[in-house]
Amino acid sequence: MTIAEPNTSSADPAVPRATQHHPPGPPTAPAPVAVEVHDVTVAYHRKPVLWDVDVQIPSSRLVAIVGPNGAGKSTLLKAILGLVPLASGTVEIFGRSLRRARSLIAYVPQRESVDWDFPVSALDVVLMGRYGRLGWFRRPGRKDRDAAMAALEKVGMKDLAHRQISQLSGGQQQRVFLARALVQEARLYFMDEPFAGVDAATEKAIVDLLREIRRSGGTVVAVHHDLQTVPEYFDHVLMLNMRLVAAGPTEEVFTTPNLHTTYGGRLTLLDQAAEAVRRSTAPGAPR
Amino acid sequence: MNLAPATLGFTLPVFTADDAWTVATVACCATACALLGCFLVLRRLSLLGDAISHAILPGLAAAFIITSSRGAIPMLVGATVVGLITAVFSSAIHRWGRIPEDAAMGVVFTSLFAVGVILITWGARDVDLDPGCVLYGVLETIALHRVDVVGFSIPPAFVSLAVVLAVVVLVLTVAFKELKIVSFDAGLAASLGFSVALIHYTFMGLVAATTVVSFEAVGSILVIVMLIAPAASAHLLTDRLSRMLWISALIAIGACVAGYLLAVWVDTSVAGMISVVLFGVFILTSLLAPRYGVISKLAHRVRLAVRILGEDVLGMLYRWHERAALSGTAAVPPLSPADLRRGLQRPFLTRLALASLSRQGLIERAATVSLTPRGMDAARGIVRSHRLWESFLAKHLGLPLDHLHEPSHRVEHFITAELQSVLSREVGEGRDPHGSAIPGPGTASQQSQPS
Amino acid sequence: MNTEFWDIILLKDSTTRTVLAGTGLLGLAAGVVGSFAVLRRRSLVGDAIAHASLPGVCVAYFIVGERNFVALLLGAMAFGLLGAATIAGIRSLTRIKEDAAIGLVLGGFFGLGIVLSTIIQKQSSGNRAGLDSFIFGKAASMVASDSWTIAGVAAVILLTVGVLFKEFRLLCFDREFAAAEGRPVLFLDLLLLALITLCTVAGLPAVGVVLIAALLIIPASAARFWTENLTVMVLISGAIAVLAAVVGTIASAVIPGPPGSLSRGLPTGPCITLAAAVLFLASMFLAPRRGIVADVWRLFSLRRELALQKALTQAIDQGRGPEARP
Repeated sequence: MTIAEPNTSSADPAVPRATQHHPPGPPTAPAPVAVEVHDVTVAYHRKPVLWDVDVQIPSSRLVAIVGPNGAGKSTLLKAILGLVPLASGTVEIFGRSLRRARSLIAYVPQRESVDWDFPVSALDVVLMGRYGRLGWFRRPGRKDRDAAMAALEKVGMKDLAHRQISQLSGGQQQRVFLARALVQEARLYFMDEPFAGVDAATEKAIVDLLREIRRSGGTVVAVHHDLQTVPEYFDHVLMLNMRLVAAGPTEEVFTTPNLHTTYGGRLTLLDQAAEAVRRSTAPGAPR
Repeated sequence: MNLAPATLGFTLPVFTADDAWTVATVACCATACALLGCFLVLRRLSLLGDAISHAILPGLAAAFIITSSRGAIPMLVGATVVGLITAVFSSAIHRWGRIPEDAAMGVVFTSLFAVGVILITWGARDVDLDPGCVLYGVLETIALHRVDVVGFSIPPAFVSLAVVLAVVVLVLTVAFKELKIVSFDAGLAASLGFSVALIHYTFMGLVAATTVVSFEAVGSILVIVMLIAPAASAHLLTDRLSRMLWISALIAIGACVAGYLLAVWVDTSVAGMISVVLFGVFILTSLLAPRYGVISKLAHRVRLAVRILGEDVLGMLYRWHERAALSGTAAVPPLSPADLRRGLQRPFLTRLALASLSRQGLIERAATVSLTPRGMDAARGIVRSHRLWESFLAKHLGLPLDHLHEPSHRVEHFITAELQSVLSREVGEGRDPHGSAIPGPGTASQQSQPS
Repeated sequence: MNTEFWDIILLKDSTTRTVLAGTGLLGLAAGVVGSFAVLRRRSLVGDAIAHASLPGVCVAYFIVGERNFVALLLGAMAFGLLGAATIAGIRSLTRIKEDAAIGLVLGGFFGLGIVLSTIIQKQSSGNRAGLDSFIFGKAASMVASDSWTIAGVAAVILLTVGVLFKEFRLLCFDREFAAAEGRPVLFLDLLLLALITLCTVAGLPAVGVVLIAALLIIPASAARFWTENLTVMVLISGAIAVLAAVVGTIASAVIPGPPGSLSRGLPTGPCITLAAAVLFLASMFLAPRRGIVADVWRLFSLRRELALQKALTQAIDQGRGPEARP
């Protein structure tokens, strides 16, 4: 059930779905849609965590999900990935159901979500990224191992491949997770706070990696905490506070009023961040 | 078990065929439990194993009452079903009722155990399925029943446990990858399209079935120890999952043999003695394990503390030399070992540090302590780190003078030569913020006395 | 049978009175201290302590040489605390997590208990001197002095909880905050463990090693459904536990045992546990705010509200014209 569909790379799945569900947009060609979240509500017990979120995420973009603590950012990722049950609504990825789009997706969870005392090496963890395409019961082979080593090299971790994961620093652990996502050779990457608690060098390495993914046509959707770096790192923003406050290209949406709506009155760096956007978008050239 | 005639003042146990069969049976059981236990321990599900081993009692009793026989298959089915119910109910109560997970398990397994005891006293009283052997099994009599299997006379319990072990090994071999990924990162497994629930409940079914079959031999309490102790010990000994499985199996088998011999020697319950041995193995491992053991961690900390104190001693001696060079030896009395112990406030560790320094030939100890030429080199490095760091803090963080010493005193032990040169480029040579000279990186032959 | 039934219900029989007083007081103490155990995530630590106390009973028997309730209790108490300390040590000094530590101590200590009690059994020629009753409990064999001991234990527990209620609440709610406030959290944690141990050990002769945990866990978990207020929860938990203990004890005395068996009724511990389990199920489904029925109802109303809102939005959008919708 997890065997990769053979024609995913050749066919462009975004084309049929854009004509199917959307009223013809403005005459300039709309970016193909990677994820379509349709009226999604998620409730834990009696409390709704996400309320009626309706948004499209364009492909080949670096997309940040921002919002205060408890705004449902991680929940939105998990809802898209089918890891939490939806109280209502639907999610489509490249115009398909989640089940049929699995092989196109890679997920980088929060670092705290796993037990780093687990007896595996960095290489083992990266190899797990290949399990999806291997399907049930097949063991990873030579080719998978090579791919894993290549991914580790890409994130600068080749020398530590055989290190037990508890002996890696926070930044190194995050790199291992990224390498694991890379070997999935996905077109759509979901990352839950990839920059949380990493050192400056790792942060830079991650940003370079994200840009490389975008260059090769991939899409990244990341929960992001540091508002200062949003305009520098991301070109599309989803602003969330239980409901969707705003979504769109960073330079249009990442504005002081929207930030105030998203965060209520309790933000101090907002105006600086908005100023940073204005500065970075002043020439008008999209990065 | 026969006891050999007393020859050396005590009796030696002699292994009869019955003993061999008993040990083989319990070893099969322990190995199967240990292999499954590795995943239970890593997934923090140990207590679910505990809960299941208690809760299967009503399944056994119900199967017995319905079929009025102690047939293996109905009992296996009945108990496995109840075991799975335990897992499902516990997580349902935890999720739906928002009761802490451990309490949810406690509610389920104590209730089911109570049902089981009542069913047994009520319906199965006259048969030898009394509540007592539920807890500690009937290992001693296992070898007394025999069946013929292809010409060999084998205890039926051995046959069923060997089959269970074979199934466990088979499943772990075939689905190793799946179990590994679900155990490490269930979210990733789900996002890759593996059915986490299917893998989880297959695994729990396997645990329940193993527990049931082990039950008759060793009782519900020993099953818990067999599930957890070998796996927990192995987790302290290795960082590879496959090696952890092997080690836990070896520990399980060894403990069965040792426990059996001990039990015969003391003349007591075999199941109880094996659990004591397994627990003892765990305690020993947690003390002695080379990397994750308590003693090795403690030794590491002591070594670090001694190294740091040693470097502090070198620093103190170097500063004494500085002052003596300025104002003459008469004005600054030389330091005795007692002065150093008092000054550093940790007399015992300082004593160790002094011994270690003189062993390395860095200091000479007599009535007073003095630096050897090599010691002078080392001391210069330490003081250089300290003063460079002070300069760096003063320059870049603008800390007041009286806030510089403390952090530098801590950091000086971890500054490498490379970092020294980086700092030196950053703050320049010369004098630190207090006005003391930053010693150069040179050697003793170039600079016989610090200035 | 009929007159006997009424004799028990109406407490005409002094044995019944003794047993009921003992189990009822035990239930009260367990329900109260269990609330804190459950909230502090210590439920199964209570279970482990109960199992770990068995070797203590045996050692005390070795030393005293007879079934002296107070001596056995002290022995059990010592080993129960040792077990709790071992769990804490494994958890804080090694990479082994708490769940495995609990299982290890539970099984390892109980195994030692089995080893010792088998030795005792063999020494005293086939008679475990009533030590078996510590494993499954035998409330019917309780005598007045046993009940008095339980009454004393219950008084100590209730008094301690009453005096330190505020501190325990802080400990269960937010240990870090309590520590920052300068409360002696370590002492309080240990005291709570000691109370759990005391209650567990006092309950051993009545309900036994395996099921004393039920009295700690089930009533407190059931009470959790009815309220968000700790004081109320402790009271409800105590009430449920007393009710379960009384109903269970009476049931075990009046329900006839299997035909042809020697003893009259069913074992007490399991009956009390089942009574508690029934009360738990009722609470879980029917409690007004946190119960499952209420939850399902709430999910439905959430969906309905959502649908209504959507319909309204669409109606407004259509009223504004098709271009208005972003």
